[in-house]
Parts: sequence; C-alpha cells; structure tokens
Amino acid sequence: MAKVFKGRPVVPGKATAKALVSHGGFNTLASYQKSLLFGDKTAKCSDQNNPDLYGQPMVGTALCLPQTIGSTTGGLVLFSATAMGRQPACLLFSEPIDSLAAAGAILSEVWTDASMPTVDSLGAEFLDYVQTGMTVTVDEDGTVTVE
Amino acid sequence: MRLTPEQQAILDGEQGEVLAKVMKTMVMYGDTFGAEEMVEVTGEKGHLVTSFGFGVMTAMFDLMDQLIEAGVVSKQPFTVDPRPMDKNVPSNPIMDLITKKFMYTKQASYEEQLAAVGLESKETGFTCACYFDEVGNTPKKGDILSWAESSAVVYANSVLGARCNRNSGIIDLFGSILGFVPKFGLLTDEGRKATWVIDIQTSKKPEAQVLGSAIGMKVMEEVPYVRGLDLFLGDELNQSAKDYLKDFGAASASNGAVGLYHIAGLTPEAVEQGEALIAEGAKTYVIDDAELERIEKNYPIIWKDPNATPKLAFIGCPHLSLEQLKDWAHRLDDALTAAGKKKVAVPTVMTTPEAVLRQFNGTPEAAILKARGVVVSYICPLMYMNNPLAGKMPVITNSNKLRTYTSARYFRDEQLLDRIVKGGAC
Repeated sequence: MAKVFKGRPVVPGKATAKALVSHGGFNTLASYQKSLLFGDKTAKCSDQNNPDLYGQPMVGTALCLPQTIGSTTGGLVLFSATAMGRQPACLLFSEPIDSLAAAGAILSEVWTDASMPTVDSLGAEFLDYVQTGMTVTVDEDGTVTVE
Repeated sequence: MRLTPEQQAILDGEQGEVLAKVMKTMVMYGDTFGAEEMVEVTGEKGHLVTSFGFGVMTAMFDLMDQLIEAGVVSKQPFTVDPRPMDKNVPSNPIMDLITKKFMYTKQASYEEQLAAVGLESKETGFTCACYFDEVGNTPKKGDILSWAESSAVVYANSVLGARCNRNSGIIDLFGSILGFVPKFGLLTDEGRKATWVIDIQTSKKPEAQVLGSAIGMKVMEEVPYVRGLDLFLGDELNQSAKDYLKDFGAASASNGAVGLYHIAGLTPEAVEQGEALIAEGAKTYVIDDAELERIEKNYPIIWKDPNATPKLAFIGCPHLSLEQLKDWAHRLDDALTAAGKKKVAVPTVMTTPEAVLRQFNGTPEAAILKARGVVVSYICPLMYMNNPLAGKMPVITNSNKLRTYTSARYFRDEQLLDRIVKGGAC
C-alpha cells in the first residue's frame, strides 16, 4: 500500500527510484570519498561509520536521510559527484535541510545539467516508514509517495 | 527574497551569464533558509575551505575556469585552508604515489586558479587558523563574513564576534565574489541566541577537545551558552584563553555542527549581553567529570588492531598558535629529559600556519623540537589522513576533529605526550 508524505521542495523535480535509507546523519565526504578516488561508477558508500549505507551503491537511488554531517566541503563533494553522474536520483530529508546539503543540491541544479530533486522536512515518520528497496516517487510540489 | 535593483540586474544577466549563475546559486541558498535580503560582506578578507586539488573534482576546476574566463573574481583577497601535502611529513613511496598520482593531482593548477580569483598569498595564505595575528585575516566584531571552514567560522563568530553562517565550500567563494550573502541564521540577532545552557560543574579545567566534543554531540547545530568555564579560563580573552577556545570550538563544530557558542563572562557577546542571550525555553546540559569521562570512553577505536603501536602522531588540527608550539616544545623537552630519552619514540608532526612557522624558526623552541625529532609543518593533517594508506596506519592525535573525520585515535594532551615519549603498543 502506498503512503504519501509532504515535504518542501528545495530543488523541485520528478523522480522515481528505489529507496536507500540512512537513519543517521549522512557524511557526504566520507560516503563519496572512495568512489570518487577510485572511479567506482556505482558510488558505493565508503563511510564505515554508517552501517545503513556502508558498501551500498548510491547512484540512482532515492537517498532518504535526516541531514548531512561532516566536513564543510560536503556541498562541493555532492556537486562534484553530480557532475560525474554519480549522484542519487533524489535527496529526501526528514529534517529541514542543512546548509551543506543545500549547497550541494543547489550547486548541482545551477551548474550541471543533471536532475536531483531535493525535498526536505518530510518528518520523522517518513524515515520510520521508508525502507531500503521500497519504490519512492517524488513530485514537483514535494509530495513523496512510498510503496 | 527582496533583491536590490543592482542584485536583480545581476540575476537577470546584465553582468554576464556566469555572474548570474553565481547570483542564482546564492538566491536559492538564501531562499532555502528563509532569508529576506542580502547583506554586504563587511569583513576585509575572505577564507575558503577548499585547499586541495583533488584530481577527480573536475566540476570544481571547470567552475573555476568559467569564473576566470568571465573575469568573475573575488571582491576581497582571501586565505585558504592548509595544503594537503608537505614533503617533510613522514610518508612512504606508495603513499606518496597515491597522494601525487591519484589524489591531489591538480594541486599546482588549482593553486593557480585560486591565485587568479583572489588568493592573497601563495606563500602564507594556506591555513585553517587564518585569524591568527601572524596570518592577518582577523575579522572585527560585527563583520559579516562569507567563510566555510567550520573551525574558523565558529572561532570568528564566538571569539571575535563576527557574523558568518556555516557555509559549504564554493558558497564561501560566491559570497566573496558578489560582496553580499543571504541574511539568515547566525547573521541575525535571533539566530545568535542560545537554545542550550551548558553548566560546567567539573572539578578542574576540562580538556578543551573533550568538552567541545561533548557539547557538539549534544547541541548539534544549535547555539550553546556555557556557564562556569570562566572560572577556569578567567575573564580575559588572552592568548591562552583564545587557544583553548580555538580547540574547544573546532571539536564542537566537528563532533556536532556548532557555528557559534557563548562563554559566560568571556566571549564578546556574552560579556555585553549576559544571560539575555539565552532564548526562552532553552534546554540545559550539565557537564561534570563523569560526563566527560563517559564521552571520552565512547569514542570508537576503528583501528584494525586496537593494540597497535602508533606510527605517527599529529598535533595541530586546527593549526597551533605560536604560543602553543612553544608550550609543546617545552613540555616535550621536559618529558623526554625526565624519561632519559633523546628523541620522540613516535614520529611526531606539529602543524601551524606558514606565517607562524616563519616566526617560530630561529627561536630556542624550534631548536628543541628539531633536536627531539619533531617535524613542524604547514600541512593539513586531515588531508594527509584522507590517503587510504594513511587511513590504515595507527595514527594518534590530540585533535577531536581529526578523530571524528579520520581513523586517527584521540588522546588527551598528557596521554599523547606520554605515548610520544615512551612509544610502544596502545
């Protein structure tokens, strides 16, 4: 059965993808470091401190997370990953977006041709409900359907 | 967001497509956080977090090329975080190969790009502690900044009373290019109110790096008002207090996401406004000896062999001040003498800005460190540790920031000193 959540579109757009869920903060630099360094086109998460994501390919997923954490190079790292085509299909935040993730999503939108719809403030219930592998659909107005 | 006619014209492309995209980025960034207007960047100098020419980050180099070709450069000179490489820091041939051939392959060309858009000095412009007097990028109280380096942002906001959000890399440069930034968060009076009260009830002066870590993990991105620390630090922002707060703040910014703290009776806004800075409904966190011990015990050890013998020690993340360097020289000298040893048992690197290093060289303390086998470098320990081989090495440090972002293992100053002097397995 589909469940619908309403968030705020930070970067509006449409996407449908399989969910990849991080219950802890997403460390952008640590997660992308090895895939950027060693040319892994599936962008397997290299953050050993994130048991939800470690070793999981991130490209093309609906990345569901509370917020991002870590180095303030985070926005730049996300932007670089997007420019290389290694970004998630969309970013779905349960909390209000943090400044580093916002920068990454906006830089990607303005300075690349890639599409990475970004929605925040989906609520704690969203992260409680969505599970890795579920199908997630994002609409322009920030509506997120999980099934 | 309300834009001035000048800002709207930039957004509409009247000064070129590239500057319009810079403006669009900053408008979207401000809109996301509810900014209603842009405010002028009044700080004299900028500071960028991105100091490394990480070869695969082609998007950044392309962006820099676009800026340079369009003549879109910073309105203010800027400093940059520390360089990722220094040949004086212990390494091995395979690590060097990875560093130079796979990681920081664009370092030289990126530094040329930085110089073209506004880097103040290729000699002395690289450090995370740009606010040291020797470096000369010290904002004044009330200055609006467009910085991103988390340890510098929290220092500038808290100790200097400047105003800066905790921005991402590239956003810092865009603010310096435009000369204005969206007004939200820590740029507003409301955003600088404390939503946490921290009561220090320890029996002695808390280790700065552990206290900052505890507060960061508790309050995350919120603003703490710390009571009781002035009993240990005094009521004057002297060099010793500033050094303590530098390390405390870096730990709070990396273990959490603190961009501003107030220390009762000590930091400028707390001295001026006192507890009027505390927001209604602020939460309270009491820190005593047991709480600090609990925090420290919970740091994970991610070495493959927890009992490994350390192969390297880093002291200075953030970079050490001149006074800290001299202090470490004497402490190490005394400890080695007491142990009947001539040199450190663990290769040790102390890091500091090039501008400080130039003043330090020639002092008696520099001779002590050299004689005792310590390397003093301008390198960024974090960038060094990003090398996958370094990540597998047992590295010890007194930096809670380095512990958080890398596999380096944290020890308090006295413990670290003991390990450096005596060596052996952990």
